[in-house]
Amino acid sequence: MNRFDSQNDRFENQPDVPQPPRWAQRLLCWYCRPDLLEDLQGDLNEYFERNVKAKGARRARLIYCLDALKFFRPYTVRKPDFINLFIHWIMIGSYLKTSRRSLVRNKLFSFINIFGLAVSMSVGLLVIAFVSDLRSYDDFHEKKDRTYRVITTYQTPEQPSMDLASTSVKVGKKIREAVTGVEDVAILRNGFGGDATVGETNVPLDGLWADASFFKVFTFPLLEGDPATALKEPYSLVLTEKTAKKLFGDVDPLGKSVRMDTLTYKVTGLLKDVPKLSHLQFEALASFSTTDAQFARKDPNFYNWDNIWQNYVYLVLPKNGDPQVVQTTLDKLNKQENTQLASKKISISASLQPLKTIALGRRMDNPIGPTMTPIVVWVLSGLAFVIILSACFNYTNLSIARSLRRSREVGIRKIIGALKSHVLGQFMAESVIISLLALVFSFALFLFLRTEFLSLSPFIERVVSLQLSVQLIFYFIGLATLVGLAAGFLPALFLARINPVQVLKDVSGLKLFRHITMRKVLIVMQYTFSLIFIATTLISYKQYRGFLTLDLGFKTENILNIRLQGNKGDVLAKELAEIPTVREMSKSMMITSLGSIHGTSMKYKNPQDSAMVWLNLVDEHYLPVHQHKMVAGTNFTLRPKKGEESEIIVNEQVLKRFSIARRNPLKALGEQVVVDKKNLTIVGVLKDFHYGTVEKKIEPVMFRYSADEPGGFLNVKISATDLPATMERIETAWQKVDKVHPLDAKFYDDQIEEAYSQFSVMIKVIGFITFLAICIASLGLFGMVVFTTETRLKEISIRKVLGASERSLVYQLSKGFLALLVVATLVALPATYFFFDGVVLTNFAYHQPIGLGELLTSVLIIMLLAFVLIGSQTLKAARKNPANVLKSE
Amino acid sequence: MKGTNLGEFEELVLLTIAALVNDAYSVAVCDELEKHTGRAAKLGVVHAVLNRLEEKGLVKSRMGESTSARGGKRKRYYEVTHAGKVALTKAKEVRESLWNIIPGFNLEGSL
Repeated sequence: MNRFDSQNDRFENQPDVPQPPRWAQRLLCWYCRPDLLEDLQGDLNEYFERNVKAKGARRARLIYCLDALKFFRPYTVRKPDFINLFIHWIMIGSYLKTSRRSLVRNKLFSFINIFGLAVSMSVGLLVIAFVSDLRSYDDFHEKKDRTYRVITTYQTPEQPSMDLASTSVKVGKKIREAVTGVEDVAILRNGFGGDATVGETNVPLDGLWADASFFKVFTFPLLEGDPATALKEPYSLVLTEKTAKKLFGDVDPLGKSVRMDTLTYKVTGLLKDVPKLSHLQFEALASFSTTDAQFARKDPNFYNWDNIWQNYVYLVLPKNGDPQVVQTTLDKLNKQENTQLASKKISISASLQPLKTIALGRRMDNPIGPTMTPIVVWVLSGLAFVIILSACFNYTNLSIARSLRRSREVGIRKIIGALKSHVLGQFMAESVIISLLALVFSFALFLFLRTEFLSLSPFIERVVSLQLSVQLIFYFIGLATLVGLAAGFLPALFLARINPVQVLKDVSGLKLFRHITMRKVLIVMQYTFSLIFIATTLISYKQYRGFLTLDLGFKTENILNIRLQGNKGDVLAKELAEIPTVREMSKSMMITSLGSIHGTSMKYKNPQDSAMVWLNLVDEHYLPVHQHKMVAGTNFTLRPKKGEESEIIVNEQVLKRFSIARRNPLKALGEQVVVDKKNLTIVGVLKDFHYGTVEKKIEPVMFRYSADEPGGFLNVKISATDLPATMERIETAWQKVDKVHPLDAKFYDDQIEEAYSQFSVMIKVIGFITFLAICIASLGLFGMVVFTTETRLKEISIRKVLGASERSLVYQLSKGFLALLVVATLVALPATYFFFDGVVLTNFAYHQPIGLGELLTSVLIIMLLAFVLIGSQTLKAARKNPANVLKSE
Repeated sequence: MKGTNLGEFEELVLLTIAALVNDAYSVAVCDELEKHTGRAAKLGVVHAVLNRLEEKGLVKSRMGESTSARGGKRKRYYEVTHAGKVALTKAKEVRESLWNIIPGFNLEGSL
């Protein structure tokens, strides 16, 4: 063998002759049966030489690679070494023993490894549970793989197209009648609900209208009643168990009647409670045929193609059905219907969306249930991945650094007869065992994190339950194994390559610092991540504070918004007026700046030119209470009854959009605009204010007069003194007016904070991840510092004996680490800055600039922490009495 | 059994080995095949066939001396065994007996 090796070397070492690619040679050596190998290599070499001459070195290399790959055939492949596996199996006891001993002997390093892995994996577990919940949405439907939702694309010349989860009733009926290759179609409509009354009990209900095919499409088991007929007749009602219990107690509800508003429904079915992981959530279902009697008679547009705002259509294809076929038919239908809409210049197209992509899929307007965009999942997984990677780096770094201690063991094992693969296996197994050990701790942490995560926001709590399941546990174990393999691979490889003779002769000959560059790179990466995270947290927090404190264009302090819930505003206002701390009151249809919007189209002189203008209906007190600034004109002067209004107040953007009076507010007064087919005179022009949330641009807004909006709000301005007493009196006043509904009053400022709660949730999540990342990186750095000072203790002592001062020693020891941190800073800060400046903040129309302050603060925090870690250890080493260290040589 | 029959390409390879006498190793077989058949013989395919022929016992192989060519790797020389010779002769006989029963075979007529 030796002879060929030497010849081989000569061949490979000739620098001027082109060589075949090394990796291809290695690959061949790896997979090829030993008895065929030499022959094959020779043939490939011969061809290679020939190709070099004929086609040039580049092509020859390419052909060599391809051929090396092509030789991978059943007869050339090496058979797996079963004897090796068997040896692994019988050695496992020994591996376990040595692993345990080394764990116990190095408590600090074991702690750093296990703690880091446990903490990081608990985040991973959380993400796994979260994603697995989202992916198992709607899994309980028997026909889930062939159920589709009909969604709508709404295109107007004015605005970008809208994707709606809702669609028209007409499309559902058409599919049912005219489209072949569809098993069942269910039509749903939202908005069913109100106060249900049975005898004396009064319970608010929230549900859907659903037609008779509902139970054929979806798997919602009926406990009582006939699924075929339960939703057939008008005024039929199917209740969930929970709702039935609330309404009827323990009495069997079937056949009983329930009064809702002015209508009486008959209970025809009792449903098992809706599972949490269902995108359709309801407390009751009313038969869709009711809507025919209730709405369709009053509203001639009910069955129109463009009535797409409240209805949902689901269909089931037969087994082996092809959605593409149905889509083609739908496309034809779209075309046919849209030609009739051509005069309105809008186009409405229906398309299919698989059931399983509803909960975890793209966000659409008019959603019927919660949706999570895949990007959220990717971001969360990315964060977890980075954290876990950081912990793996710690393991890798510390294990390689400390491999000195294990090298003798490896040397002995190798001399007794262990192969490279055995040593590799042993250390991989060790890291997997450590990672599984960490999993136990991380599972406990996960249970704690889960409750914290769920309580982050009501939305998260509504969407996912994070319940454990057998499958989930398997995923967890899978993750731990993977983490163990990833973390242990490099150290295992390092140890497996140890030359036993050299190690046993002289341990110091081990090239311990050979991989120092790699270890430095790992530390730099950890700190880069930590810095990016901390800077991100600080920047996001500043932006969030910016949102909350931004001047909206009006005042919100001490304004309490009370939802009227159907009561007369005047009646309540009269009661409240008796409270001394209540200063002013106004009425409005909606609360602005919270994200909800309400719009109608407006026209000016040109009848062809209409635009959507956002709207609020307010009374004459609204503008003074909120201290809106007028650019020109006055508040509403007339107090017309409903439907007789003639005045309108607009903001500057309206003047700009229609170029009314060349945008001169003073001249715009008295101009007339057309809204809802009414001519309204502009009596006032408002300074622009934020009608939507502040990430949106300010758009045209109008205020119209309405003194009575039972579905609206009463805006109560109160003095800041003695809030609890005021609240108590407001509560009493409310109860005098409305005995059924509890008071729903919120301070405006709190509502604004709520409107941006998604940002605060995000900041909390990132903040937590930051904390973990810093912890793990610090632990890793600490470990490395401890190790380095330990190994260099003698050097330090000798330096000290020769007269080095403590300060210079500390500097000597820490400068290497500090240089790493500086490199990390140079990478992280520009990256964060450009990411925010170029990607994130461009999505927000009004945002704070990124200050140097946040970036510098984050560096300062990290540096300070690192200084303390490095400083304390190096100082400790520098202060040691050199005599004690050196005497034990 | 499938193993006892010679495929067309197998037969060609076997014949080439016999023709090359003492110089029959994979690359040479490839070159020779290309020269005679005019079609490109892929090394991987030839290798697989050589391996199969050896499994069937139609050829046997030995490793040659190492030289400085081929990166110092030895060549594997093939030699037709007795069974191989029998198989070749048999294949030839089958063909000839078939040829013999074709009356008046000429190429012009088939045009």
